[in-house]
Amino acid sequence: MTSPLTNPYIPNTDADRAAILERLGIASVDALFDELPARWRNPQIDVPEAMAEADVVRLFTARGAENISGSRPSFLGAGVYRRAIPAIVSHLVSRSEFVTSYTPYQPEISQGTLQAAFEYQSTVCELTGMDVSNTGMYDVASAAAEACLLAGRATGRRAIALLEPIHPGTAEVVRAYAYGANIRVDAIADVSEVTAEHACVVAQQIDFLGAIRDLEPIAAAAHAVEALCVAIADPIALGLLRAPGDAGADVVVGEGRDLSGLGALGGPSLGLFAAREQFTRQMPGRIVGRTIELHPAHDLDGDEIPLRTGYVLTLQAREQFIRRERATSNFSTGQALLALGFTITIQALGPHGLRETAELCYQRAHDAARRIAALPGFEVVEHGPWFQEFLVRAPISPPDLARHLSAHGITSGFDVSARTEAAAQNATLFCVTEATPAADVDALVEALAAVRATTGVRA
Amino acid sequence: MSVAGQNADIGSTLAFDRGAPGRRAVAVPRWEGETAALPPANLLREGVRLPEMSQGEIVRYYTALSTRNFGVDSGPYLLGSCTMKYNPKVDDLIATMPSFAMAHPLAPDEEIQGTLGVLYDLQRCLAEITGLPAVSLAPAAGAQGELAGVLMIKKALEARGDLAQRRRILVPDSAHGTNPATAAMAGFEVTEIPSGPDGDVDFAALEAALGDDVAAFMITLPNTLGLWERDIERIIEKVHAAGALAYGDGANLNAIVGRMRHGDLGFDVVHLNLHKTFSTPHGGGGPGAGPVCATPALAPYLPAPIVTRDEDGTYAFARAEDSVGRLQQFAGSVGVLLRAYAYIRTVGIDGLVQTSGNAVLNANYLRNLMHDYYDLPYDRPVMHEVVFAGTRQKREDNVRTYDIAKGLIDRGFHPPTVYFPLIVEEALMIEPTETESREAVEAFAAAMIDIAQTAKSDPDSLHNAPRTSPIGRLDETAAARRPVLRWQPKA
Repeated sequence: MTSPLTNPYIPNTDADRAAILERLGIASVDALFDELPARWRNPQIDVPEAMAEADVVRLFTARGAENISGSRPSFLGAGVYRRAIPAIVSHLVSRSEFVTSYTPYQPEISQGTLQAAFEYQSTVCELTGMDVSNTGMYDVASAAAEACLLAGRATGRRAIALLEPIHPGTAEVVRAYAYGANIRVDAIADVSEVTAEHACVVAQQIDFLGAIRDLEPIAAAAHAVEALCVAIADPIALGLLRAPGDAGADVVVGEGRDLSGLGALGGPSLGLFAAREQFTRQMPGRIVGRTIELHPAHDLDGDEIPLRTGYVLTLQAREQFIRRERATSNFSTGQALLALGFTITIQALGPHGLRETAELCYQRAHDAARRIAALPGFEVVEHGPWFQEFLVRAPISPPDLARHLSAHGITSGFDVSARTEAAAQNATLFCVTEATPAADVDALVEALAAVRATTGVRA
Repeated sequence: MSVAGQNADIGSTLAFDRGAPGRRAVAVPRWEGETAALPPANLLREGVRLPEMSQGEIVRYYTALSTRNFGVDSGPYLLGSCTMKYNPKVDDLIATMPSFAMAHPLAPDEEIQGTLGVLYDLQRCLAEITGLPAVSLAPAAGAQGELAGVLMIKKALEARGDLAQRRRILVPDSAHGTNPATAAMAGFEVTEIPSGPDGDVDFAALEAALGDDVAAFMITLPNTLGLWERDIERIIEKVHAAGALAYGDGANLNAIVGRMRHGDLGFDVVHLNLHKTFSTPHGGGGPGAGPVCATPALAPYLPAPIVTRDEDGTYAFARAEDSVGRLQQFAGSVGVLLRAYAYIRTVGIDGLVQTSGNAVLNANYLRNLMHDYYDLPYDRPVMHEVVFAGTRQKREDNVRTYDIAKGLIDRGFHPPTVYFPLIVEEALMIEPTETESREAVEAFAAAMIDIAQTAKSDPDSLHNAPRTSPIGRLDETAAARRPVLRWQPKA
């Protein structure tokens, strides 16, 4: 047996507490809570007793060992993609001045967070072809939902259109936010269904089934009825694909988590959110602006130092802590640390590395698809150009395929066979990126080849 | 051009203007297999403007930025309402274990039993701590938890055929700004309820505002003045009698954790900020996590997903029958949830009771130490934070709260939250938390007393503060009037 552990994060000792209580003229710490209803005070709470740090680590190590996902070959994408993150990213985002600070309300001692946020905004604008970015939102889906609310404010309209195939998680989040705002959501299969009732059309540059879309006619159709075009983009694919802003999008959102190196089971995430300049004051979230010092500082010799450049939170009259119920959003705590990791990854890649990574991703995925398509009984669905995800039809059903691969120690792609699109019929969405180990693809092809052998299906 | 050393103008040169063309920080392998044709040219871009820096240059640049930041690890950070307490490092270690970090959210449940088990146990702990048994960990942050809770209320009213009539949500003027903003996002009208002279909700005004057009009453408890709402049981009784629901903003749970449960007081739904009470790092402004906890009556509307446990001990993602839906694509801020659970297991139930005790003790100590030097609009014992006012200094010395905050920077402290709550003129909202020591609280009070004296003897030194920070006061007016929000190539 061991004695009860003390809370290692509380510095005050019994002597400290006694001294403070004496000064306050109060008998006990419990007496500080005398205003609380007596009948409910100090309830029985069934939470375990304290543990030593090493035991907590052991507990989590054991729990982690129950996770198989992540330690074996996996071809799941569908919104979460394995990426090659430079080692400098985890090093820099672990610096405790970044980790243990908060929203930079005091700019003089928060220039690290603020300048990094300005780098982030600039990076997102360059990738998306937009004029203005906020400092990031919860994830791509909530960013898309906020974009729909922005479109509603900008147009005064009470409906929005989602162009299928869209990520089901994104569609669901948009519907939840729209339920709150009393906005109608129409799922449309073709952009010709956008009408003057719609505040915007939301379209994925790479649709949920993996195909690359030309955003230009989509934006044109939206603009023809004075609606906005909200584009959803993949930041790595943007190394290769046309900037949505260049194709006419008004708002661009995307998912940055996988480049931040900070997700676990898909979260926390990072919603990229950028827009054309005319929507600046309709933007949700925090925005950082550039400015200069008010007064010159002096050096050690007493000489004036020319006014220096700094960064501040700005355009805050949009925000909840000032505007309350008339704010553009209730957004407060965001995803700053992920935005930092995202920025460092993209900037470390640079213009050439980003393009090369996108092309490597493209070529490796296409090579894997080619090898699978060559297997008897297998088909890779043709539905136009695609980036990193492709639809596979196997001689067996998608659930059977998943079971077969699992028996080979492999996680199958995402089963899309319940969807209504023709391309999705009997199909599994496989994902291969630049970070998928080549040996994993070899193992997949080998396991798929065995499907035919075990089932006896002939092409 | 930037000058080397402490006075350097680092802000003038972004990464985009550092490095040199052709310089690289990472090597990307070249594909040498069979080459697939790229998509048609109209889908592709020419190039993208990004920095070209060496790896060492990037590390130096972002390291330099980090040193221009003040965190909890740098010194006391008494930012009221934000609960800037020490963040245990073991929690970071756990959340970044590859077995958790690499798991895919769409993997079959049997491949992610480890994470699901942790999430299930965290749900149970939060249910116990709040006394509200229906828990969803899905919301990404406190504000999204609020949205989840109010949408649940909306669904419940819709289910009982009451929604068309109940269009208003009542919010005290002492609430977080997110409360009225959330009510508006959920499609309700907001009616503000004034506070009385002692900081409690004006009960008569609340009674007058209640009626069959009210959907809910949202209250931050303890409130943003750091005060316990002494009428809370009577208030919730009235709210329920009027057919409305009681929403609790649990951002300030750290004041009462282990000692009082929102569920016992009669709340229908509450959200928690795990980055506050459960000590997960604030990251310069996120990520956080904002679980919602509710009564069984509201359980059918919980945001998706929730985690269930079968009789055989296996865990699964599930969805409440009439869920408000997802608020993010996947399962929420799992990395933050792992840290919060590690924290709960490390300190245990007794440790949680100690956190609220010491947080409230420190806040009252600070109130006592500063009492004679600053105005205290609500002069009552406080919970986890205390709201002073810089009105005396403004009136007598022409020194504003803004100047007091900047003076604190020169004395080695992160300033408190200023000009909030809005109902306190020249507000100084100070939250010491339980992880500051007695001598740290005394040192902060001494700095505040020194500032009060300096306001009389040398007010200009406060008007010109801070002078020890990496940069001086910035022109925030110009930033808003002529916004420069992104890098542009130099002409």
